[in-house]
Amino acid sequence: MPEKQTTVTGVSEAPPIVSEWRRFRRVFFQRKLVIFGLVILMMLVFNAIFAPWLAPHDPYRGKMADSLTQPGKKYLLGTDIQGRDTLSRLIYGSRTALMVGFLSVGFAGIFGMALGIVAGYFGGIINMIIMRVMDALMGFPMLLLALLLASVLGSGIQNVIIALSFATLPGYTRFIHGLTLSVRENDYILAEEAMGSSRARTMLRHILPNVFPPMIVLITLMLGNLILAEAGLSFLGIGIKPPGAAWGSMVADGYQYLLMNPVLSFAPGLTIMVVVFAFNMVGDGLRDALDPRLRGLL
Amino acid sequence: MSTLLEVKNLATQFNTEGGVVKAVDGISYHLDEQEIIGLVGESGCGKSVSQLSVMQLISSPGRIVGGEIIFEGQNLLQFEANGPEMRSIRGAKIAMIFQEPMTSLNPVLTIGRQLTETLELHLGMSQEASRERAIELLRLVGIPSAEERLEDYPHHFSGGMRQRVMIAMGLSCNPKILIADEPTTALDVTTQAQLLEMMKDMVEQFRASLVIVTHNLGVVARYAQRIYIMYAGRIVEAGTTKDIFAKPLHPYTIGLLKCIPRLDEEEGRKLVPIDGLPPNLINMPSTCAFVPRCAYKSERCLQEPWPPLRHMGNQHYVGCFSND
Repeated sequence: MPEKQTTVTGVSEAPPIVSEWRRFRRVFFQRKLVIFGLVILMMLVFNAIFAPWLAPHDPYRGKMADSLTQPGKKYLLGTDIQGRDTLSRLIYGSRTALMVGFLSVGFAGIFGMALGIVAGYFGGIINMIIMRVMDALMGFPMLLLALLLASVLGSGIQNVIIALSFATLPGYTRFIHGLTLSVRENDYILAEEAMGSSRARTMLRHILPNVFPPMIVLITLMLGNLILAEAGLSFLGIGIKPPGAAWGSMVADGYQYLLMNPVLSFAPGLTIMVVVFAFNMVGDGLRDALDPRLRGLL
Repeated sequence: MSTLLEVKNLATQFNTEGGVVKAVDGISYHLDEQEIIGLVGESGCGKSVSQLSVMQLISSPGRIVGGEIIFEGQNLLQFEANGPEMRSIRGAKIAMIFQEPMTSLNPVLTIGRQLTETLELHLGMSQEASRERAIELLRLVGIPSAEERLEDYPHHFSGGMRQRVMIAMGLSCNPKILIADEPTTALDVTTQAQLLEMMKDMVEQFRASLVIVTHNLGVVARYAQRIYIMYAGRIVEAGTTKDIFAKPLHPYTIGLLKCIPRLDEEEGRKLVPIDGLPPNLINMPSTCAFVPRCAYKSERCLQEPWPPLRHMGNQHYVGCFSND
């Protein structure tokens, strides 16, 4: 280097610079189960988007003549009582699962994050009001609350999304509230305020980025839970209206014919299991890769 | 030189479950333009709280209960703590840097973004302009290859480098006053000296005034023109650095000076610690708070309320009966 530079102590003790993105990739792709989960999720999204091209048969109208066919050449996973192709219904069911999962995570996540940051940052009476309402919501088991709301609002996919959003809202709020409380106490928040930053700016530009990585992990793990909850609601008959395809209702429909055609229930059941497992694995991988406390250890 | 900041009878209290803590109990001091003053005292004597009060950054259960803070002819306490007036003063006219360089920078934002944010906020600079300025500032505080380091995160920097960044941030908007709250306490001794020297140069270059808050008289000895000694929320002695070191008048100052080793003294002198502990600030008596630890105490100290500061010639003030 031709340019002469003044030496400064402290430079030599500075840790080596490792690109954040490279470190993330290395840790994230280290575990095979995470890669497995990611592949499953990518297949799921692919299925949901290209369902009309991938499904071999009409998922909604079957031939009565083919009712309860065993798995075979024509129907890979057999048909249900109405003669509808199980595989096609599974593929279309991924649309329901993902839509319910993503939309309810989106609504509840955004509102939960906003409420949690506001409650944690302002404290005092605002904190009291928000958190007590959340506590009240939390008093109900998640599925029970969703069940209650869904039965009040009636069935239908949008009501399932509303119900699940409400049921999961307190979880996000409490989580972000706790994180905000610890972030708020840091010197850099005080330093930022000493620099003339407004409260809104402090919350948006300084607290939000700090609570975001753990939130991503929570959201990924919650997606699995929500898909499971949606399946549960569909199984109980609250959820998507017939003839719409949902994995939960397929299990419910199939289980009447369990002895005649077990694939009818097992196929959607297994799908739910694998998908939830995949979300959990990816969530774990994200946690390992994003958790600042594990920096340098993995 | 004209007075830039004048604090009169500032009082800040914390209402805790155990009672009222008078963290700052009616202190008055002033700061001239381009002056460096030192605020010295033990942990918990109200140094930091007094400075946070000037910035109106006291959070609940703390409250400023009285006094005036006159800056550029305006009483800052007339402004709402989170109002636009205070926000436009914080960072732009009065900047503050904190004790812990390791935690004073946001770990998830790059150094560059944290530096440019203040510039964009207060000076309305464009992104490119503020980036240029940030590089310039980093060069000024002695960070090599500043341009590349803008993209780094705080954990890529050592403690000394982070404190340099903090100083750059503090001076970025050309403030009139820089308040340094124990700026070098968390650093090792060689880095301390370098940083103090650099901070002094920077403040001179930016024509700013500097308030050094510290518990270490040695830190201010070389840089401050005047020193305020605080004890239990009050200023007990004030004077030029020369006067304080040459003829300390308050027993507490005398005690503090006896604790510092000096190179220019006879061999074999022992360092004498001050006996006892600083008082609990909850429900303080109205008499002098230093009495239990004082070697010069008299009957009068136990009967009469805390003596106010008295002029002892030149710019020397002391609050003690022992000088009668």
